[in-house]
Order: sequence, then C-alpha cells, then structure tokens
Amino acid sequence: MARPPRVMTEAAQAYSFSRRAWLLGAGQIGLGGLLIGRMGYLAITQNEHYNLLSERNRVSMTMIPPRRGWIVDRHGQPIASNRTDFRVDVIPDRLEDKDRTLARLRALLGLDDEEVAQIEAELKHSPGFRPVEIAENIDWDRFAAVQVRQPELPGVAPSRGFARHYPQGAAVAHLIGYVGAATAEQYKKVRDPLYLTPGFKLGKDGLEKTMEPLLRGTAGAKRVEVTARGKLVKELATRPDVPGRTLRLTIDAGLQEYAARRLGTNSGSCVVFDCTNGEMLAMVSMPAYDPNSFSEGISQLEWKMLSENDHVPLMNKVTQGLYPPGSTVKPMNGLALLAAGVDPHDRVFCSGAFQVGTGVWHCHKRHGHGPLDLKNAIMQSCDIYFYEMARRVGYDKIAPVARALGLGQKFDLPFATQRYGTVPDSEWKKRKYKTEWKVADAINASIGQGYVLANPLQLAVMASRLGSGLQLQPTLIRDPFKPRAEPMAIDPEHFRLIREAMYGVVNAGGTGGVARMLVPGVAIAGKTGTAQVRHISPAERRSGVLKNGQLPFKLRDHALFVCFAPYDNPRYAAAVVLEHNGHTVRNLDTPMIGRDIMTYLFDRERALKSLAEVEPTWGGDIRTRMAAEAAAYRAAHAPPPPQPDLDDVAATGSDAVAAATDASNATAEAQAADTAAGGGPARSGSPEPDSENDRGGDAGAGRE
Amino acid sequence: MSGFVPAPLAALPWRVLLLVAGIGGFGLIVLYSAAGGSLTPWVVPQGARFLVFLAGSVVLSRVPLDWWKRSAFWIYAVILVLLVLVELLGAVRGGSQRWLGFGPLRIQPSELMKLAIVLACARFYALLPATETRRFAALWPAAVLIGLPALIVMAQPDLGTGLMICAGGATVMFLAGIPLRLFVGGALAAAVAIPVAFEYVLHDYQRHRVLIFLDPESDPLGSGYHISQSKIAIGSGGIFGKGFLNGTQSHLDYLPEGHTDFVFATMAEEWGLAGGAFLIIAFLLVIRWGVNVGVRAEDRFAKLAAAGLATTMFFYMAINLMMVMGLAPVVGIPLPLVSFGGSAQMTVLISLGILMGIDRSSKLRQRW
Repeated sequence: MARPPRVMTEAAQAYSFSRRAWLLGAGQIGLGGLLIGRMGYLAITQNEHYNLLSERNRVSMTMIPPRRGWIVDRHGQPIASNRTDFRVDVIPDRLEDKDRTLARLRALLGLDDEEVAQIEAELKHSPGFRPVEIAENIDWDRFAAVQVRQPELPGVAPSRGFARHYPQGAAVAHLIGYVGAATAEQYKKVRDPLYLTPGFKLGKDGLEKTMEPLLRGTAGAKRVEVTARGKLVKELATRPDVPGRTLRLTIDAGLQEYAARRLGTNSGSCVVFDCTNGEMLAMVSMPAYDPNSFSEGISQLEWKMLSENDHVPLMNKVTQGLYPPGSTVKPMNGLALLAAGVDPHDRVFCSGAFQVGTGVWHCHKRHGHGPLDLKNAIMQSCDIYFYEMARRVGYDKIAPVARALGLGQKFDLPFATQRYGTVPDSEWKKRKYKTEWKVADAINASIGQGYVLANPLQLAVMASRLGSGLQLQPTLIRDPFKPRAEPMAIDPEHFRLIREAMYGVVNAGGTGGVARMLVPGVAIAGKTGTAQVRHISPAERRSGVLKNGQLPFKLRDHALFVCFAPYDNPRYAAAVVLEHNGHTVRNLDTPMIGRDIMTYLFDRERALKSLAEVEPTWGGDIRTRMAAEAAAYRAAHAPPPPQPDLDDVAATGSDAVAAATDASNATAEAQAADTAAGGGPARSGSPEPDSENDRGGDAGAGRE
Repeated sequence: MSGFVPAPLAALPWRVLLLVAGIGGFGLIVLYSAAGGSLTPWVVPQGARFLVFLAGSVVLSRVPLDWWKRSAFWIYAVILVLLVLVELLGAVRGGSQRWLGFGPLRIQPSELMKLAIVLACARFYALLPATETRRFAALWPAAVLIGLPALIVMAQPDLGTGLMICAGGATVMFLAGIPLRLFVGGALAAAVAIPVAFEYVLHDYQRHRVLIFLDPESDPLGSGYHISQSKIAIGSGGIFGKGFLNGTQSHLDYLPEGHTDFVFATMAEEWGLAGGAFLIIAFLLVIRWGVNVGVRAEDRFAKLAAAGLATTMFFYMAINLMMVMGLAPVVGIPLPLVSFGGSAQMTVLISLGILMGIDRSSKLRQRW
C-alpha cells in the first residue's frame, strides 16, 4: 500500500531547512574536532615515533672504517701500513641511470674495457645495498672531478680513506696475507653495517686474517644532514675511529726481504730462527702474489695466472708444503742411534748397494763409500750406514727423537692452514694401513723418504733444536715475557758429536762444502738433503740414472738444507726447501742460498753485495720478474670472461694450492707403498750429490 | 560603527574578512618557509593573487542576489560547455588537460563547477514548489544537474573534484528537504558501488593510491611516500612545532608537494598542533558564519546557496586535511587560501563574495 506523500508546506520547509542546517553545522564541527584530535594523536601521542623517523630522514650516518693496526718487524720497521687512499664506489640501489652513470665515471676516471666489464659483472651480482668498487687508489685530480659532480650522479660515492700498503710486497705475501672487502656471507653472519662501508677491508689470509680482532680497531661515525636526494647539507658531530693495535712480529723485515730475493726463481721456502729463544726471523715462501694488488681486489687474469703457475705462488709452502725431508734427517737419526746405544765409532761398510730379502737399496754414491762411522756417515750422507743402523735398532726407536726435534709436530702459530706431515712408526702404520711395519719401511724412513713428510717450518725447528739443544718453541709475535726454553732431555755429549758432524758437512769435506761461510770467525754447521719424487726403474739404473736437467720440472728432486751458525755458539738456525730444484743451477741451490742468508745475519754488506752480483743472472729482483711474467701472460691470454669478484677466496685456501699439495702427497705415498710392498724392485737410495767435485757434471751448473 | 567610516564599508562583515585574511596571511608565512626562507617563487604571486581575489570578492558582494538567482542556470551551462571543451581539447592534444587558457589566465572549469553546481541546485529547489519536494520530480533533475559534470570531471580523470561536485550538489539536496531515507539508501548503494567502481571504474594509478592509503607502509618509497612523509612531518612537529624555518621534512625535500597539496604538513612541522588548531578553527568559524548566513536569509535560493557554498569550503578543508593526516587517499584537493595555486583560492573567495552579498541583502531586508 503506497502511503500518500506527506504534503510539504513552505513553513515546514523553512523549519526543515534550519534543522538540517544545524545538523550540517554540527557535523562540520564534529569532523573538525575529529581532525584536531587526529592531529593531536600524531603530534602528541606518536610524537616520539615520528620524531625518530624525521631524524632518521634528516641525519645520515656514515661509518668511518677504522684505520687498521700496523704490522711491524722486530725493529719497528713497517711490514703492513696504511696510506691515504681516494676511492670511488657506487651503491647499486641508489643508481638512477646505471648506463649513463657508468659512462660518466668511465670518462672521468679513465677506466678501461676490462675494468668496466668487471664492474658490470659485479653490479649484476651485487645485493644492491652493498657498494661496488669503481676505482681505488686514484689521484686527487680524478677524485675531485668525481666529487664535484656527485649531486648529478646519484648512487656514486667518492670517499677518502686508508688503503693497506705492504712495502716489501711479495716477499711478505705468505707471512702477512692480504685484506679485502667483506663478502655477502660475512655480512649476513654479523650484520655489522661496517662490513658494507666502502673502503672497509678485513683480513683474507695469513696474519691479516688470524690477527683480525687485534688489527681492526673500532669504526668511527660521521653524522651529516642530507636532503631526500642525498645532497649533503651540513656535517653534524663526528665520532673519530679508534685505530687497530700495532702488531709487532719477531720477523726481521730486512732478512725476510733478502731471503725472498735470494730464493731467486726457485719454487721454495725458507725459515730462519733465533736459536736462543725460538723467535722466527724470516718466513718466506716464493714465488708469491703481490699483497698490495690483492688487497685492491684481484683481477681475473691475475688469479688465473697465479693458479696455473707450476711454482704454486698461492701456496704458503712453509706451513702448507709437505716434503720428504731426505738426508736432512740424518743428524737427527744420529742422535736417535746414540740414544739407542749405538757406538759412534762403529763402522758400516758401504758397497753402494744394500739387500734385505728380495729388495735392493742403493746409496747415492754408486760404487760405495767403503767403511764409515757415524760422523763420516753424516758428513758424506751415506745411505747404507743408516739403512743398516735403522734395521738394527728399529725405526720405533728413531721416531720419538724425530718428534722431539719437531717433525710431525703442530706449532701454535697464527696461520689458518697448517699441515703437519708424518713421522711414521709401527703403531702409526697399523692404525693407518692395518698392516705390519716392515724393515723396508724403516729403511726408507731412515733416509727421510717413504712415509716421512715434514714442512719447512718443522725442518727449521729441527735445525734450531739441534743447534741449541733447547726445547725451542717457534714464535712469530713478539712477546717480551716469553719463558726461556728448557734444555732437551738428550745427552749434551750426543749433541756435541752430531754438531761436529754437521760442521764437517760444510767445513771438512762433507756434502755441503758450498755452504762454507766467507765471514771470518763464523762457521756454518748444516746438512744437505735431496728428496726424490719419482721412481727409478732397474732398467734406468743400469743404463745410467737420468740427470735432473733432463727431466721435466715436476719430476726433478726437491733440494733441502738445514743449518745453524756459528757452529761453536749457535745463534741462528735456518731451513731452505726448494721444490723440484734438482741441484741444476749452483747459485740457485740450497747450500749457497743457506750460506747467503746466514751471511746476511753476520755481515749484511757482504750479503747484499753478492746478491746484487748474482741477481741479474736470473732476471732481476722480485718486482721486475713478476712484472715481466705478468706482461708475458697478459700477452698470451685473452682476458677471461668477467665473474663476480674474488673476495670470497683466500690464496692459501684456493683450489690451486689443494691440487698442488695433494699431488705431492700422492707421489710420496705411492713411492712408499711401492717399496714397502716388498716385492717391488729396489729403492734408489738418496740421490745425494756426493761432493762439490761431483756436481760439476750437472747441466747448467755455474761457477761463482 | 562610527561615522568616520563610509556606510558601505562599515556594512562589510569585518570579522570574517579578518579571519580570511588571517588564514591567507598565515598561508603566505608557511609558503615563505617552504621556499627555504624566500619570497620567491611562491609568496609574491600568491600574495598578489590573494589581494586581487579578496578585493574581487568584496566587489562581488555588491552584485545583487537577484542576479545570481537569475543567472544560476546560465552560469552552470557556460561552465558545463567549458568542461566539454576542455575534454575535447584534451582528446585533440592527447593527455589529460584540465584548464583553458585565456591569455595569461588559466581557468580550470572543473574548479568553478564546484560553485556552479551549488548555485544551480539551489536555484532548482527554489523554483520547485514545496509540495513537490517529496516527489520523484524533485529528484531526477537534480541528479542530472549533478551527474553530467561529475561524470565528465571523473573521466578527466579527476576523482577528487568529481566527488566534491557530487558532495556539493548532495548537500543542497539534503538542505532542500529531500527525504532522509534517500540519503541513507544512497550511502548503502555507495557502499555496494565502491568495490565495483574500484574494480572496473578507477584507473590503475587511482586504484593504487587507494590501496596505498589503506597501507601506506607497504610502499614507503613509492606512492605511500607522500602519506608517510606527511605523517612524519605532522607527528614530529609536536604541540608547538620545530619553529619557523626549522622544518626538516620540508626543507630537506622529504615532504613532496610541501607547498601545494601537503602545505598543511609543512605548516604543522614548524607550528605544531597549535598552528594546526588555529587553521582548523579559523576555517570552521568562516564556514559557520557561511551556514548562518544561510539560516538568516529569507529567500530560499539564498538559504540553499549560502549553506551549500559554505559546505563546499568545508569539503575542501576536510578532504585535504584527511588526506594529509592519512585518513583519506591522496586525491589532489588543495587546502584553499594556504596551498600555492590560484584555482582553489579563486573558488573560495568567489564563494565568500557571494556569501557576503547574500548576507548584505538579508541585512538590508531586515533594516526595512
């Protein structure tokens, strides 16, 4: 039913109007009140919250990367320092026009194609908030050119900071390591904004990595007022950074650099100890990379070149290289024999060959040494004497002395990767191979071959303990409160006898005559060694063993030398290990290198002078040779396709190093298994160069 | 009033003029700060325009009420034609154009339509016999009057202005005595229509703005940026603000449109809740005066027009402030007399002129 419409009169209409107008006015006032209320809620209740947000807008905090602590040598000479650095980064998230910005930067900074390709690749893989480096270590003019254009280049961040500098370059590479930008994973782990700050670097390898907490310091902060477009308005308070602490090493930077140069073109390592307290004076592994260029960021080409090099520049051979120590263990064997009750005057007749069961072992001197006592056996490095003695007393009597002198031992040194080698005995073999220890194993071990493996650091410790008779512990970081070393639990008379034999090696017609010191009043005592890395077949033996010079690099013998000086009051001890040296070039062989390094410690002028004479014969100093090598490689190889940066890898943890160490261990084990099997043909004995005279025949040997 | 002042001047509603001048003057102070403490580029043109329009509104107050009554439909028609013309021009030139150029003058017909719709509706209901108010005949002509310009403006697309035209017309209908249940029904219909319109009528960017309004933090660097930064400016101002020229949100460019649509946030940052309350109360006083002018008027057209115009002013202020405080989506309605720009300024001051004219005529009648 439709309701008849109410009839509206003019009067009712006027009344309705004023009523509705009142309603409208009330609604307006109500809404107005609501607006004031809302504003009060924002400005009073939420004031603190919005104040914070407004401050966060206004104030931009930039962290100031802390200046890294210096690393200095024992005399305070810098090994790793900081120099002022101008750099340019981009923050991908803030880039507005990537291509245009890159083109501008390219023109301003003079970047080349390879660098631009690398930057593009990194930008593609970057998480966006993390700055990508455009250029580092640029000069002031180019830096200023970018800085004045910063407002028109959003996302580009020029900054001034400090860059790591290693004055000795490659000579300290494996000692110190290098630094680099933090990786995405590292950032995710700690969530420290410092890790994203352009210019912040942390230790990637070596001491830089292991001593990171000490060296880093505390970041400073710069608070600046910025506009929404990132333009700086004014600087607010700045909190300065706290630099990291200085790390003082026991290393002698001069000796370190000298030893590195003296190793020449060898793939080798050298460790020098102070015999009075076990402080490490030099720890060199060559060839090496340039930590300065690594710290700026490793280029693909450089990395590829270093990985492919058969001299393994990425490996710290001092701690990661394991070698059969060869005849360098003979003085240690001597101590063990004396302790086992062997009379030092007992003689063994060396005929050149030694038979046990069906196996035949040879001496390095083909026709034999004749009858020899202990002292002469060490001096002439006779293998047969030690075969016979090891057979008599058993290797289980020798192994404890080897361990006491440092072989197979782990030392508390600040390096991330160390390999400890092996001192085998019957129990070890049973545990590892589930087979019985055989006489053949003892015979191989007696001349530092077979299962025996040691790193150069251990060999140097052995030399320092032989020289001092003290239970020296190697240290690398200077500690004035280091306790004095205790004497070893070995009869001093035995030490005297062995040292005398080692004196004879160098100074009385032994195998190491080349190492005789030219400094008056200082005599070296030492022991040479050669470790064979290939199997010599009976056929080859009959037709004449191939000379090292005729072999490819990887099959040549390792050359080793341990020594201390002066003989009568040992002050320094050293070990030099040269991979695949093969005794081919006389002044690049171990005894002469060992002698020169010792000479540096007693007569610096003479050592530097003789080095200056010989260095040009192998192509100049380290920097010159590395530059030439890089140039040759660059000429022969097209740049590899750009990949995201190499910050994630550490040199000594790289695949190249793993491959190299695995390969050398495999050969050693294969040889040991080969002969230990018993049925196999004869071992060759240590391929020791008998004497100075004998060596003349080797190809490429030179005269002083 | 003393005899020193000429009678026509003395007859002006000085309190309201002072309030309006106060709002405009405060607006200039805010613009001075928004420009980083400079008279250029905003204060000088805005101030000059303000003086001209204010003077114009005083002149307009002398126009007889009868003229407005007679011309209401004509004004509406002319502006509707202009609206169509703008639409055609936009179609020819490509892109959405909202203004027509006459020499140096730029006229935005959709802005003037906010006034014209109120006058036209008021005229329509004044003509309608009271007995017809509750019939269908009272409804459809008004619906057509409102619908035509609203659709054109929304198609431009200018959602905010289109809604304001509808609201202005609806206000007059409400005041004219259209049954309340129709408004309730209309509100229900809108509630149903909004989701549909959201899906099929709104442009992508408009839909986006509505979504962002519902959750501004979801896109703090995109479209939600406006609302977030505006709330930060208002919230960080506190009760008395950061002080004149000390606003960081506006001076460091975090607040977008800090001199136009978001000028209230610029003001609130430096003057705080105190400044905001001053502005809102001043506006409410002017609007209340306008509604009262309608209540006092004898003539039905005058009643409806006065209350309608006053409410249009209210819509300006309320929609802008709700948008700035995060209570409404960003629809592009400026805060009249304060935001930089002539269109809203002109609309409001013309309204003021008409209101003063209505006020004058009812006073004259009372005196007789």
